[in-house]
This record gives sequence, C-alpha cells and structure tokens, in this order.
Amino acid sequence: MIEISHVDKWYSPSFQVLTDCTTSVAKGEVVVVCGPSGSGKSTLIKCVNALEPFQKGDISIDGIKVNDPKTDLPKLRSRVGMVFQHFELFPHLKIIDNLCLAQEKVLGRSHDKAVTKGMQLLDRVGLKEQAQKFPAQLSGGQQQRVAIARALAMDPIAMLFDEPTSALDPEMISEVLDVMVDLAHEGMTMMVVTHEMGFARKVANRVIFMDRGEIVEDAPKDDFFGKPRSDRAQKFLSKILSH
Amino acid sequence: MLGNFDFDVIRRALPYLFYEGMTFTLTLTGLAAFGGLVFGTALALMRLSGLKLLGRIAGVYVDFMRSLPLVLVIFWFYFLVPYIGQWLTGASRPISVGAFASSLITFIMFEAAYFSEIMRAGIQSISRGQPAAASALGLTYAQTMRYVVLPQAFRNMLPVLITQTIVLFQDTSLVYVLSITDFLGAASKVAQRDGRLVEMYLFAAVVYFTISCIASFGVRRLQARIAIIR
Repeated sequence: MIEISHVDKWYSPSFQVLTDCTTSVAKGEVVVVCGPSGSGKSTLIKCVNALEPFQKGDISIDGIKVNDPKTDLPKLRSRVGMVFQHFELFPHLKIIDNLCLAQEKVLGRSHDKAVTKGMQLLDRVGLKEQAQKFPAQLSGGQQQRVAIARALAMDPIAMLFDEPTSALDPEMISEVLDVMVDLAHEGMTMMVVTHEMGFARKVANRVIFMDRGEIVEDAPKDDFFGKPRSDRAQKFLSKILSH
Repeated sequence: MLGNFDFDVIRRALPYLFYEGMTFTLTLTGLAAFGGLVFGTALALMRLSGLKLLGRIAGVYVDFMRSLPLVLVIFWFYFLVPYIGQWLTGASRPISVGAFASSLITFIMFEAAYFSEIMRAGIQSISRGQPAAASALGLTYAQTMRYVVLPQAFRNMLPVLITQTIVLFQDTSLVYVLSITDFLGAASKVAQRDGRLVEMYLFAAVVYFTISCIASFGVRRLQARIAIIR
C-alpha cells in the first residue's frame, strides 16, 4: 500500500534529515515508527503524503508515485487520512463543519450527505453531542478524536498518525488510543509515529526504529520487543520502558 | 463671543451636508475599503506565494505606494488616468474619467498597499499546521486559502482592518483637491458661500470626531469579543 524506497532528504548538503529510508506498509498492516526526538520520524511520515518534499528516492501510495510532478497531489492526499500532533482542527468552523468541509469541497458530496457521514463518525468517536461546538470548547483528547473522525470522513485507504498523543494530558491519551486500536482491529492500514509502546504492543504488526534520519531497525513487533538487534534500539527501549 | 456665531447656518445646510457630502464620503470609504481589501489580499498572497518574481512585484508596489503622499497620488492619478486609458484602449483622445471613479481607483490602489501588509501579518499569524491539515485533507492551495487560511487571517485582523478603515474615512477628505463635494467639501462650500468658516469647520470636525470615535469604540468591543472566541 505504502512503498518507501531509498528516500533521502536534506535542507543543505551538511544538514541531512533522512538517509536512505526504505520500508513499506502492506494493506491492513499497522506499522509503528518510533525513535528519539529529532530522528526524522515525523519528517518521514510527512513525506508519505508529500507535505514535506524530499530530494532522492521514491514513495508511492497504492501504486501512485508521490514524487511524480504529474501526480494530482490533492486527489492523492484526499485518499490518505492524516492526524497531527496538534490536532489542527479549523478553529473558525464548528465541529461538524470541520468534518464536512473537505467532504463537500474535495469529494463533492452534498451538504446533507456530508453531515450524515460526519455525525455517524462523531458518534463513533463518542462526540455526537459536541457537533455544534467550536474546537476551542473541547478538551485536547476530544479535539484529537474529532481530528481522527475528520480524516475518516474522507473514506481513506490508509491513515497516517504523527505523534497523535504527544500533545495530550496523560488522562486523555487512552481515549484517543482506544479509537486508534478499534481502527486497527477493523483492518485499517496505519502508519503511526508514536512513543506509546503499549499501543505498539497491542496492535502493531511491525515496529520501525529510527535514529539520526536512518531506519535502524524494521522488525515484526515480537522480534522488536523481544530482542532488538541494534544497540541504539536497545538503549532507546530501555529508556522509555524503564518506568 | 459665541453670540456672534450663527449656528442656524448648520441646520439649514444639514440636508446638503449629509445627503450629498456624507453620502459621498461613506460610499467612497466603503467601496475603497472593500476594493483595497480584495486587492490588498491579492498582493499579500503574491508576497507569500514563494514565487520570487511575483513577490518582488508586490513588494515594489507596496513600498512605492507607501512612500508617496496620498494627496500627490490623488492629484497625479486624476490627471494621468485619462492618458493611461487612452494608451490602453488606443483611443484617439484621452478617456474622460469622472472625479469619483478616479478618486475611487486611487484610494483602492493606495489602501491596497496598507491592507496587504495587514493581511500578510494576518496570514502569517496562522500556524503552519493549518494549511498542512487542509492539504492533507485534499484541499487545493486555492481552497486552503479560501476556506481555511483567509477566514482566520481576516478574523484575527478585523480590529486592525477597521482601524485602517477609520483612517481611510478621514483621508477621503483629501479629495478636495479634485473639487469633489465630499462631506468636508460640502461644509467648505457652505462656509465660503455664507462666510461662516468657523461654524462650518467646527461642525465638520465634530462630525468626523464623533463617527471615528464611535467606530473606535466598536473596534475595542470587537477586540474583546474576538479574544474570548480564541
């Protein structure tokens, strides 16, 4: 579904952010990307739907090359959902309108259809009653669930999560993770940048460990948590799992 | 001393002052603010487009307009537009452009320079995650601007935009150089005709002051409301 091959990205010759990254996410697979901050994991996931440009290599989604100038990027992006660290709901629009905007303007759905779909998804993330509120009136966890619903409203073929719980208060993390776990169990193709190793243990098929712009380890979940092959991954795991 | 003043001259001139003068002033202010905002937003988008040439053109335009006195621009424009029109259409003689059209175009072009700086600040005040989220949903650049960035930029900058419009409202009085009957022009004509300069100019000052003051007060109320919403 998502093919990443030999991707290099740099801001200047001396400032390399991604080095020869190669991996893939198969249909229905859940892949967790972890690593220390500054390791390039967020950059990598943003390259997948071309929110960040890259200089070398190829990325394709469902067979369509992201870095081909002829690719209709808006159309491709509309088929891939993305959830951001800071939610990025549109603060000037009501919750329901946040869910309807792209459905109507990009997919061309009628307003009624978009609202029906939107309400259905809000119900699913447990926020039907908040439909007429504005984002600022919701808690962080609620906002992030709305953001997930907003991405799902586009009927995506895959979902990208960029540290979806990093900006949340601890007591709100689980309500967001619950939604993500459900999604994974339903067979959604997911690429998730996160430090939530509990989530990785529960639903990930594979775990990718990145450090200094490189993919250091790319292993099935049990292998990764069992006995990581690289020193750096071992150190990282011992740091975040020690308490 | 006040006994020598004839305030009745104001009462008698009221219909003329407001129906002719103030109507003109408000129409010019409204249209120029709207046109300036549209054109100014376009300039701001050009400057932020990332396309070097486009940004340069907008930058030069803004700097140029901001380094000229408004009166001079009004004056020059009034005399130049007919010739520019002639040159553009290839007509055999200068195109006649009314004083109103000429002053309106001037104010739109002049205000656009100021509004563009305000809108630029407004657009830059939106976090980069907002356009990223919009593109991630599949919105095109134009849709992202139209539905996500500009509404927020406009709302954030509304108090400043209105303040600039109040300045514009006062500046429209400069059309007197074209002998147009705006509010101040009307007051001035009555003043000259009846020899009541002090009364008429005093009254004009009071009217400008009152309207601007009420508008400023409105801006402060608005600012408080926006602060709550955010």
